[in-house]
Amino acid sequence: MFADLTSIKALIILDNNGERVLSKYYDDHFPTLKDKQDFEANLFKKTYQTDFEIIACQGLTVCYKSSVDILFYVVGSSEENELILVNTLTTFFDTVSIILRKNVEKKAVFDKMDYIILAADEFIEGGVLMENESENITSRVYPKPEQDIPLSEQTMTQVLQNAREGFKWTLLR
Amino acid sequence: MMLGLRKDKKDEDAGGVNPFLALEKTAVLQETRIFNETPLNTRKCIHVLAKIIYMINQGEQMGPTEAREAFFATTRLFQSKDVTLRRMVHLVIKELPTAPDDAIIATSSLTKDMTGKEDGYRATAIRSLCKITDLTMLTAIERYLKQALVDRNPAVSSAALVSTLHLGKDNGPAEMVKRWTNEINEALNSDNVMVQYHALGLMYSVKKHDRLAVSKLLAKYTKGGVRSPYATCLLIRIACKVIEENEQENHPSLIDFLESCLRHKSEIVIYEAARALCNLPNLSGKDIAPAISVLQLFLSSPKPTLRFAAVKTLNKVASNHPSSVTMCNLDLEHLISDTNRSIATLAITTLLKTGNESSIDRLMKQIQSFMSEIPDEFKIVVVRAIQGLCLKFPNKHDVMMNLLSTMLRDEGGYQYKEAIVNTIIAVIEANPSSQDTGLYHLCEFIEDCEHGVLATKILHLLGREGPKTPTPAKFIRYIYNRVILENSTVRAAAVTSLAKFGAVCPNLRPSVLVLLRRCLHDTHDEVRDRATFYLNVLESGDTALVNQYILDTLQSSIVGLQSLLVHYIDNPAAEPFNLNQVPITTAPAEVTPSSKTDELITESRKPAVPTKTRQEESAERLAQIPEFARLGPLFKSSPKPIELSESETEYYVRCDVHTFPQHLVLQFEVTNTLDDQQLENVSVEVAGENYTVLGYLPCPKLVYNTPGTCYTLLQLPKDPSLVPATFACNLKFLVKDCDPNSGEADAVGYEDEYVLEDLDIGLNILIQRVFKTNFAASWDEQGDENQAEETYSLYTVKSLNGAVDQLVNFFGMQPCERSDRVPDDKTAHTLLLAGQYKDGVECLIKTRIVFDGVVNMKICARSADPALNELLVSSI
Repeated sequence: MFADLTSIKALIILDNNGERVLSKYYDDHFPTLKDKQDFEANLFKKTYQTDFEIIACQGLTVCYKSSVDILFYVVGSSEENELILVNTLTTFFDTVSIILRKNVEKKAVFDKMDYIILAADEFIEGGVLMENESENITSRVYPKPEQDIPLSEQTMTQVLQNAREGFKWTLLR
Repeated sequence: MMLGLRKDKKDEDAGGVNPFLALEKTAVLQETRIFNETPLNTRKCIHVLAKIIYMINQGEQMGPTEAREAFFATTRLFQSKDVTLRRMVHLVIKELPTAPDDAIIATSSLTKDMTGKEDGYRATAIRSLCKITDLTMLTAIERYLKQALVDRNPAVSSAALVSTLHLGKDNGPAEMVKRWTNEINEALNSDNVMVQYHALGLMYSVKKHDRLAVSKLLAKYTKGGVRSPYATCLLIRIACKVIEENEQENHPSLIDFLESCLRHKSEIVIYEAARALCNLPNLSGKDIAPAISVLQLFLSSPKPTLRFAAVKTLNKVASNHPSSVTMCNLDLEHLISDTNRSIATLAITTLLKTGNESSIDRLMKQIQSFMSEIPDEFKIVVVRAIQGLCLKFPNKHDVMMNLLSTMLRDEGGYQYKEAIVNTIIAVIEANPSSQDTGLYHLCEFIEDCEHGVLATKILHLLGREGPKTPTPAKFIRYIYNRVILENSTVRAAAVTSLAKFGAVCPNLRPSVLVLLRRCLHDTHDEVRDRATFYLNVLESGDTALVNQYILDTLQSSIVGLQSLLVHYIDNPAAEPFNLNQVPITTAPAEVTPSSKTDELITESRKPAVPTKTRQEESAERLAQIPEFARLGPLFKSSPKPIELSESETEYYVRCDVHTFPQHLVLQFEVTNTLDDQQLENVSVEVAGENYTVLGYLPCPKLVYNTPGTCYTLLQLPKDPSLVPATFACNLKFLVKDCDPNSGEADAVGYEDEYVLEDLDIGLNILIQRVFKTNFAASWDEQGDENQAEETYSLYTVKSLNGAVDQLVNFFGMQPCERSDRVPDDKTAHTLLLAGQYKDGVECLIKTRIVFDGVVNMKICARSADPALNELLVSSI
């Protein structure tokens, strides 16, 4: 076994058609673009409409989580501590969830793509986990919550959610 | 519980809300123009930068000019003070494939950002800077980077530590990083958990070759002071590395540390420690018991990942310590119904590993209900595990055979069926008592088999094994049914199979002849041709013909045959084509799909391409070399390379022996394991009695760790009894010292030589392996008059098996009718060997071996050439 900091091989987001939304590979396990795409297709085939949380795919261990119409994956070597992988996944998902105010779906991800790209970068550098608290990540890449939508245009759940979020942000400050 | 993805979402947002869909590279690069506007539209700029990153992320290739333009446009954005924009700029600079010469432009801006007052982007500046920097630029920023390691802002400190770690993977910066130990040490004591984790990783990577420093590091931090679970995991891994690297020593304190981690409050650490203990070599079942109990608890966790991790580790342990895992059997059985099929399959295969003879029946029942619910790839893993079990408990073969045959009847794809068929065949071959049932199950299967390839394979097996069973007649019906019902490929295979029954069993021959006659009217020519051919051969009643053309099929190498035929057509000769010249195909290396149940974990599909045999490859390679072109067809290559020095020595040399009609080619593969030397003009000088060296083909240049090949050409002695010889080998070369880092060699060198181990050559280089399906028939065909025999006693060999192995190796012939496998607790054995001598004469050897403390044996050799017989029996 290896004893260094690099534990994550890739961080992938796919949509409900198996199309790549965002994917970062941190080593040369898949040398070419085609290898990466084949891997993602294989991964999607195995995980679409399942909720196993963890699978073995092409000799790698993959933790995943789906939300509405989008799938989040964290890929590590089959030797990697599976719990580290699933923790990484949870942290990343929570981060995205805070940025998107719990509304984790494809459209929202694309709307806030710039922040999600920044968050992914803040989260993992070259396969090394940089930060373990999703709040720490969001506070760095997402300085303050955006202007609120006028109250009259919000649904009841949104109002409640915003209230909850607002509360969270005050706690963070 | 998360529901499946909603497909219907797609239609809603198809109305062009996604600005990232179908991005045009040129259009995006056009958009970078807005970076020049004053005042800057920050929001828009961020968006354009995000698009660039998104495009790179999607795999869009950017040409050097495009990347360059994008890079320069981006650097203009340093004028904005917006934090998010600045972070984005740093990120784009990091991601763009920029030439180092251009990157210099950004260095000063990034350095300013990293040392500036705005904490929001200092960390990203460090990471970008370290990514684009090279050794020359590094010296300029060294001071700042060193300071940043101990910055009070944890993000900055972490960024500096991790970037340094990545930089340290190259030789140059690694030297610089070694001087920063004080700063790294200070970071190790940081209050921030992530900073401490990163500092520990960096510290270890700097010190890992310094045993004393590593043990100091461990001694200090295993006592406490490490706060993050990640850092503790790292510590556990470092401890394991130390234990593995110094296997012979005891490490009580480290083992204690690992065991104490089993009581850590974080599950991550507990699992890491349990896994580490299980994987350590030299630990007894008792030592790992605490770890196993922890894993057992995890088996019933509500978290799938925890169950997955635990069962995967147990599966691995079960290979080495099956008895330790038995205590988890009950929990494992529960997991068979787990919704995550990866977990269920791992549980099943673990159970199969730990299972004992009494539990098999129950286990097989459980598998049966489980199999219908899992996808094919998992089924294959289970089938392979069953195969391992069959070989372990031969007495239980009937239960398992039954299960396998049920699985054969169930739904499933080709690969799954193939795995089952292969398993049954493997079991039949390993355990003769299962042969009858096994063949019968396969017969049932081909009655309703949609895969022609499998049907042909089974028919071939039936033709080989069926006639030898006590009741061959019962197979005829199944085979003939194929002739009536199947497509032409399978029909042809069935005809061949039928003919084999007719050839081996004289009492069945009349009926087989009747059946074959019916095939004469088949619609397909291949089937008709085969039927006509076999019919005529069988009707002739000539045993030699029957043996040669029905039982022993063509054994020439197809590739060799093709190249010789092409040569013959191109250069028409007066005499007819001689099939004996064609090199014989070497037995394909037998791939034993051993109990590889871990494939679920380490699966990597290799394409099943028919590979050339080793000999065909060397024949092709040698034919490329003009010096060897006139030697004629290659007769035989040694089955595996002979080592002439050990792999740890300065020069690692392996030798392949190639036999040609009049010559011997020794092929030496030399590896230079010294990184400060470059060898030139490398050759191996050999000296042996009765042989004349005709020439050397040296290897012009040999750099560090890249194998090179040189050849030595010898004349074979005329008298075959002089062939066995021992050669003294000497590696001769010109050494040039070189710089280990750059690989540049000095201009002048000096001659040197290196003595290798002796190379032994035996009679086996003159004999090629040949398969004989019916050894007895071929033996009788030669007759008593063509026989020579001799009796020997061997004092050095201490078992029957040892004697058999030595004989097979000595003669280089093919053991027939599985006579190379000696049943346990027998005191006498008969070994049957078949081969073809260099000039094309077939030779057979029958050896009766008796063991009573010493090995006594009687060797009988038969062939058409009396001189050869004498040579064979007298050669030992």
